Amino acid sequence: MSLTDPQVRHIAKLARIELADGQFERTRDALDSMLGLIEQLQAIDTTGVEPMAHATDLVLRLRDDAISETDHRSAFQAVAPAVENGLYLVPRVIE
Amino acid sequence: MSDRTMDTVKQLSVRLASGEVSAVELAQDYLAKIQAANPALNAFVELNEAQTLIEARAADALRAAGQAGPLTGVPIAHKDIFCQTGWHARCGSKMLENFAAPYDAGLIERARAAGLVTLGRTNMDEFAMGSTNESSHYGVVHNPWQLDAVPGGSSGGSAAAVAAGIAPAASGTDTGGSIRQPAAFCGITGIKPTYGIVSRWGMIAYASSLDQGGPMAHTAEDCALLLNAFAGFDTRDATSLERAPEDYTRALDAPLAGLRIGVPKEFFGEGMSDDVRAAVEAALATFRTLGATTVEVSLPRSGYAVPAYYVIAPAEASSNLNRFDGVRYGYRAPEYRDLNDMYAKTRAQGFGEEVKRRILIGTYVLSHGYYDAYYLQAQRVRRLIADDYRAAFRDCDLILGPTTPTVAYGIGDKADDPLSMYLGDIYTTSVNLAGLPGMSIPCGFGAGGLPAGLPIGLQIVGNYFDEARMLGAAHRFQQATDWHLRTPPGKPT
Repeated sequence: MSLTDPQVRHIAKLARIELADGQFERTRDALDSMLGLIEQLQAIDTTGVEPMAHATDLVLRLRDDAISETDHRSAFQAVAPAVENGLYLVPRVIE
Repeated sequence: MSDRTMDTVKQLSVRLASGEVSAVELAQDYLAKIQAANPALNAFVELNEAQTLIEARAADALRAAGQAGPLTGVPIAHKDIFCQTGWHARCGSKMLENFAAPYDAGLIERARAAGLVTLGRTNMDEFAMGSTNESSHYGVVHNPWQLDAVPGGSSGGSAAAVAAGIAPAASGTDTGGSIRQPAAFCGITGIKPTYGIVSRWGMIAYASSLDQGGPMAHTAEDCALLLNAFAGFDTRDATSLERAPEDYTRALDAPLAGLRIGVPKEFFGEGMSDDVRAAVEAALATFRTLGATTVEVSLPRSGYAVPAYYVIAPAEASSNLNRFDGVRYGYRAPEYRDLNDMYAKTRAQGFGEEVKRRILIGTYVLSHGYYDAYYLQAQRVRRLIADDYRAAFRDCDLILGPTTPTVAYGIGDKADDPLSMYLGDIYTTSVNLAGLPGMSIPCGFGAGGLPAGLPIGLQIVGNYFDEARMLGAAHRFQQATDWHLRTPPGKPT
């Protein structure tokens, strides 16, 4: 099976990754070859098998509803590309 | 073994305890070796002598105060995937070129508490995606046994540093073989513990249901000492297992008489090179002379581990790596039209080719119309693979086989054929899918390299939480053989 060009563009859009024209065919071919590998899974009969989402049978823990963290805002924002007055700056989204 | 570059963690621990050497002297000694050897290896991506010496002085102060543990003052290299204050955490990516984490990973906290001294940060495949270390934004790592061969990946810098004797030990992470495969390619010992034993807090996520940190060193004994430091419950990691602490050195001297070793027939089939087969069979013979018995077992679905892995890991990666959007940390594209364009350009420019491929295929298998056919099917196959191991462990205590089908290959050999690189993980990925502990120990030398050849790894897979038994079997093997003591030719001293 191979992906169509519109499919590849759609996946890239979903993944928020711009595909430059020069990379497009190379990316499509690489994805096709990965699909060829994972297609092998279709050969296995898994009727009635419960999907295994985790490596162990985990039960999610609950913690006490108590404040455990202190304010780290300035430390966390020190590594951000653009901040102002404690806010993360992004391009305008509402005109 | 008078060669100080081959010092084990255990030997350094003894010398520190006796006062023969201080943590500061040891750190300076290793930093000098790194300065000499790293230009040819590119194993370290960050050094910070001032930071290293702060940690070393603190270790010496602890010892002076009578509060030293067995690892206090022992130097270690950390894979660049662990968040660590005072250091960058670039994860092999341009995306995180300027990122310095404001907190310590769980493994780093525990390493600090044990008094381990950070020598530097080791190179790795970008976001731990790769088996050759060629996907690092910071350049390829060279295998100390043959500089034009890959060191394996993704923990290639850690493996090369230990093999070259410029770090006595290193941390690594293993999602599909990223501790075991580079350990095999570089002729060292490394263990990926049972999933949930070592905290994933602050370990930059690739595939969360598979990722697990662990130690890499020369010997099984060293790995046991280091695992004692690394392992433990962490409330901040939702998948961390709450278990009583255990001493992973407790079975190091257990005799092998009565040990039942399972040998999966599927691990000796097509694709395995003759030199690897011969070395692994010789290792099995050694285990028999030490009193163990071997029995053939079957893992009938293990051939589907690589395809299942390349659905599950990319799917989880596509979700985990959504966080790299140029807003809260990391790279942001310099020019863009609007918010969506900023995301798309930031990710196009910040991620390398292999990472983008995996995010894209992961996005596809999770997308509407394909989720059941690919993602759920892979998760069902994952259960069958885990069931195969459960069945096999009814007939044996440990499962032994090759870590990799071949010895290390040349840098660039598989760069244009990612699929053949993926298939090199044929013996390791099933262990992550099942969540089992696995390790690799040196068991011989094969083709290539000069003059002895390139190292070959023996994989030891244990049942859940059976690390102590695995480490014990490995230790007994290392008492009877000297593969783990061999050093690369021309290694700087």
